[in-house]
Amino acid sequence: MSKVVGIDVGGTFTDLMLVDEASGIVRVTKVPTTIENQAFGVLNAIDAAGEGFAELASIVHGTTTTTNAMLERKIAKVGVVTTKGFRDVLELGRRTRPHAYGMTGNFYPIVPRDLRLEVDERIDADGGIVRPLDEAGVAAAVKTLLAQGCESLVIHFFNSYINPAHERRAAEIARALWPNPYVTAGSAILPQFREYERGVTAAVNAAIRPVLDRYIKRLRHELGGRGYSHDLLVMQGNGGTVSSSVVAEAAVHTVLSGPASGVKASAYTAMASGFPHVVTYDMGGTSTDVALIRDGVPQTTTEFELEYAMPIHVPMVDIHTIGSGGGSIAFIDDAGILQVGPESAGAKPGPICYGRGGERPTITDANLVLGRLNAKKLLSVDNAISVAHVAAIIEREIGAKLGLSAVEAAAAIVRIANDKMAGALRIVSLSRGQDPRDFALFAFGGAGPLHASALARELAIPKVLVPVRPGITSALGCLVADVRHDYVRTVNKPVQSLDIALVRTILEDQRAEGRRTIEGERIPIEGIEFIHAADMQFQGQSHVLTVPLDRAAVSREVIQEIFEKAYFQRFEVELPEIRAVLVNVRTAAIGRRKGVDLKALVDWGAQGKTLADARVDSRKVFFDDAWHETPVYHREKLPKAARFDGPAIVEQLDTTTIVEPGSTVEMDAIGNLIITVPQGAAR
Amino acid sequence: MSMHIDPVTLAVVQNGLIQVCNEMDMAFQRAAFSPVISEAFDRSDGIYHRDNGELIAQGDLGLPIFMGTMQYGTRAVIERAKDVRPGDMYIANDPYLGGTHLMDVRFYRPFFYRGELFCWLANTGHWRDTGGAVPGGFSAQATDVEMEGLRLPPVKLVKEGKMDEEILAIVLSNIRTADQTIGDIKAQAAALSIGDKRLTALMDRYGRDTVEASIIELKRRAAQQMRAKIAQIPDGTYHGEAFLDSDGVVNEPLRISLELKIAGSEMHVDMSKSSPPCMGPMNCVIATTRSAVYIAMKHIFPDVPLNAGTFEPIHITDPEGTFLYAKYPRPVSGCAAEVSQRICEAMFATLANVIPDKLFAAPAGTSGNFALGGHDPVRNRNYVMYIFSGGGYGGWYAGDGISNGCSTIGISKTQPLEVMEQFYPILFEEYSLREGSGGAGKNRGGFGVNYRVRIRRGTAIASFVMDHGRVGPQGVQGGADGGPNTVIVRRQGQPDYFLPHFSKDQGLHMAEGDMVLVGTPGGGGFGDALERAPEQVRRDVALGYYTAEQVSKMYGVVVDAAGKAVDPEATSALRKRMGAATA
Repeated sequence: MSKVVGIDVGGTFTDLMLVDEASGIVRVTKVPTTIENQAFGVLNAIDAAGEGFAELASIVHGTTTTTNAMLERKIAKVGVVTTKGFRDVLELGRRTRPHAYGMTGNFYPIVPRDLRLEVDERIDADGGIVRPLDEAGVAAAVKTLLAQGCESLVIHFFNSYINPAHERRAAEIARALWPNPYVTAGSAILPQFREYERGVTAAVNAAIRPVLDRYIKRLRHELGGRGYSHDLLVMQGNGGTVSSSVVAEAAVHTVLSGPASGVKASAYTAMASGFPHVVTYDMGGTSTDVALIRDGVPQTTTEFELEYAMPIHVPMVDIHTIGSGGGSIAFIDDAGILQVGPESAGAKPGPICYGRGGERPTITDANLVLGRLNAKKLLSVDNAISVAHVAAIIEREIGAKLGLSAVEAAAAIVRIANDKMAGALRIVSLSRGQDPRDFALFAFGGAGPLHASALARELAIPKVLVPVRPGITSALGCLVADVRHDYVRTVNKPVQSLDIALVRTILEDQRAEGRRTIEGERIPIEGIEFIHAADMQFQGQSHVLTVPLDRAAVSREVIQEIFEKAYFQRFEVELPEIRAVLVNVRTAAIGRRKGVDLKALVDWGAQGKTLADARVDSRKVFFDDAWHETPVYHREKLPKAARFDGPAIVEQLDTTTIVEPGSTVEMDAIGNLIITVPQGAAR
Repeated sequence: MSMHIDPVTLAVVQNGLIQVCNEMDMAFQRAAFSPVISEAFDRSDGIYHRDNGELIAQGDLGLPIFMGTMQYGTRAVIERAKDVRPGDMYIANDPYLGGTHLMDVRFYRPFFYRGELFCWLANTGHWRDTGGAVPGGFSAQATDVEMEGLRLPPVKLVKEGKMDEEILAIVLSNIRTADQTIGDIKAQAAALSIGDKRLTALMDRYGRDTVEASIIELKRRAAQQMRAKIAQIPDGTYHGEAFLDSDGVVNEPLRISLELKIAGSEMHVDMSKSSPPCMGPMNCVIATTRSAVYIAMKHIFPDVPLNAGTFEPIHITDPEGTFLYAKYPRPVSGCAAEVSQRICEAMFATLANVIPDKLFAAPAGTSGNFALGGHDPVRNRNYVMYIFSGGGYGGWYAGDGISNGCSTIGISKTQPLEVMEQFYPILFEEYSLREGSGGAGKNRGGFGVNYRVRIRRGTAIASFVMDHGRVGPQGVQGGADGGPNTVIVRRQGQPDYFLPHFSKDQGLHMAEGDMVLVGTPGGGGFGDALERAPEQVRRDVALGYYTAEQVSKMYGVVVDAAGKAVDPEATSALRKRMGAATA
């Protein structure tokens, strides 16, 4: 019983990675995602791995069920019980509009107005009771919502973050009447001020909770029926995992868990290769995700917005997404300027070269024309389209309008796309006070390794790391993710007059709760760790800066100093005149799971003895205004500790890695490719 | 300069310039203290031409109203600045020298590249106070600019990187909440120095000449693009108008009279038949008047880029002798927040008749400013609180207007009510969708907001600078106007007080237990309400947006009180009757 399985469901494929800790054997499978019910794809992937279900010690699952449900609004019918006078908070939002320019657009609240009912109660900003809870009113409202066919319920009371008594009592009343467990109290999901953000976070939780619960129950049932007898773990947006027995209760934590899982795997892999500071770069078919890792820890945000006016303020891996993917369409705008994306050709019609009727040039088409992609080895091609034909369309659509040849136009498309992606990388690094030169670029996703070297050069990032299996990074993330629960409490007091005993009590309470929860999940772990942090600001500000907190050294002086330092690094401003305020105290409780030996990901038996064994081809590739005859290597056949210079192309099933002229590649001890990018060569 | 710029470099430099501005915006907003900047994004950062202050680039999320004003402000600095050196920084808030109102304080930093002045970096941020008769600066009854606060012509606040403490002391001695404003000053200055670093990196990368040539080319292209948009509008001379409730002093409406002439790819805007200058603070400085016209065009054609070229084919006649060309010492506190929005409304209403497939009815069009200054006896401190509020947007060519949208000229969020209650001794009794306020139309207007706020402790003085209380936001293409703004002051033991000027007043004394009730405007309707699908109307009733009685009058739809079912025969008969009555 030493086999652990990570399964990540993506938009197109369901990826599985199985590690046998006893024998060191690794299996990887890729099956089509079954969109209607992801469980079938999951089962197919396990079947494809060829191990009996009864043989598996644990299964960790990353699912897009909740993210998709929200984005497509295939959600449960939710009712809201809220404070008298405030039923429309969820519809009015914070006074915004969808776009900075243009007075048009739509907004649909998660819960329509007729399913939001009010009850009399009121708590003030200090937690005092202004008006008592109308308990009979709660029962009546709950019954009305049930009669209207609601499946899931939210209790959202004003100021409940400071005093949750009324919310708790109302939830108690509701639970006695509600036919299922789907009752969500706002303060239980997010005990933090801001009534819109807390309310939406709770409403999202309520909306996806039944969806996730049904999905997980069904999957567990299917797995059990096939002989799997252990707990199923589920990935969360914070990069950690949680037992499927409790996951639905706080379903909102699973939103965006797929990309988070990829970042977690990046952190783990990069650490193993000796890179604690990493910018992750995950480029797929329609979008690119970037994130920052410091000291091996993915940075998190508590101000995520899933779409316009849909804030989800639980801690999540801070992933910045831009609309640049292989399918991004290149076009000439009204001003005659070349633009790439965010419009995407998607899966249908897809890039021209897929032969599905696509007629508009994409990044993938440009890469093909430049020889960066192998025309013979493209996945997902329906009808073979000649490179010459793709080139002709690029020339017609782009080249002719700019006075460029097909090849020049293709190079221009790649250059503009890289420029936009470099901008996204700058935002997660430079704009947050981090110098990209201190980081390594971790490239994954189908197209990440294709563009990574160019981006690194653009940003003066010295090293690019391409993992062994760039196409299944999220599945690896499931295997290496720790159990994680996050806790937050609002304090909101100036540091000067802070009751430090209170901070200590909060920290101890959060640790105790974290420990209790993790132990209750009964997931095999090697130990429990805690990460503490404080959200801080200068008095009068409304944004906070999250700084690490050392429990052993909690004092007013230390907190003040840590904050001032972090503030200066970020904003280059010193403000001795103004008092610092401790807004929230946070704790992440982390149950460390046994790690995975990454060496097992490499098929050492398949490796060649010399570089020549791995060389499968040679072709002309366009770099920096000229064609270069470029050797093509097969990734699996690269010999141990392989070392070679660019230009070179490394092909493997799930991606193509480009090594530009002037760069050097080395394979490290665990099989990762480390590309050293020349400094100061940026043009 | 006729250096050829390859198309790739051009695109990359364009992105690069905007990104420099975005980074300045972000740094400013995240580090600022004034909630108007940090939460409401009432700030903008940009790059301006060294010779004439023309806009070179602005961030994607800069406050719209500043996009046009800052270039005039920069020009005023260039004309006055002597002996400009690296590391200098000018401060100014003079409305007549390319500004808005006094609270919008501008910082200007010359950008030197390799020892030579290349351009100016500048930003504007809305400070919470700049002195004057009323905390926060929105005095509804000011009759000259001196009553509105401290006025700074361009003054060198930082000299070669060193803050002039004496000038700073003058500034801080003349404003309220100076202790927090120092944080804003530092954030505002730091944003420009971050911009300086990033722009230097961009210039190092591509070379001074390439960046210079790209800027020229980008301006040419933007002008070309705006011309292409204007050319889509049929040639002709078109008229429209819009009204402000009053100037706060004289209780008469102010009229904006707009004549729009389209000739090929050029647009001529003439507002010189508008009302004369007013006594109260609803005068508009020329920079703001112009900027409002540009914003309206950008709202109608959102994909045009933002640089001086965009404005080139838009010719605006100086509206001399009107309240839209305020001269010293006319009071101007309402110009950025209110008058500019009404200029946009006149533009929208005029063009809605010409290119309805791109337009929308009038949005709420007021920033809904309610200021409360008082003393909290429990915390023993004075406070100044603002509530800005949103309202309904107009129905648009393909949909209903959104509810509680932000001001036309802003992109600002409101503060969370829970945060307000933490800071101030107040209690919100209600914050709800204002039923019935959306203007009827085939595509109806969005809804405004009703809020009630009570004073829990101590005494306070309330002031209001809002608008659209006399008439609601205009409907277009046969749509009805949105519901007008309402304000009621409910003091214990006294009859309800309605503001004589509908939406503007100041110096109203309040005490513990007293309450203010505000209803913000709904958006105008788009198209004939009798053409709205009965099923959509039924749903509006089911959601409580309108009562059954309202929809029978407004939409000619007969539906039960709960909005369960439409009576098709009665509806069709009623609509026939109503159609005949209007025909």
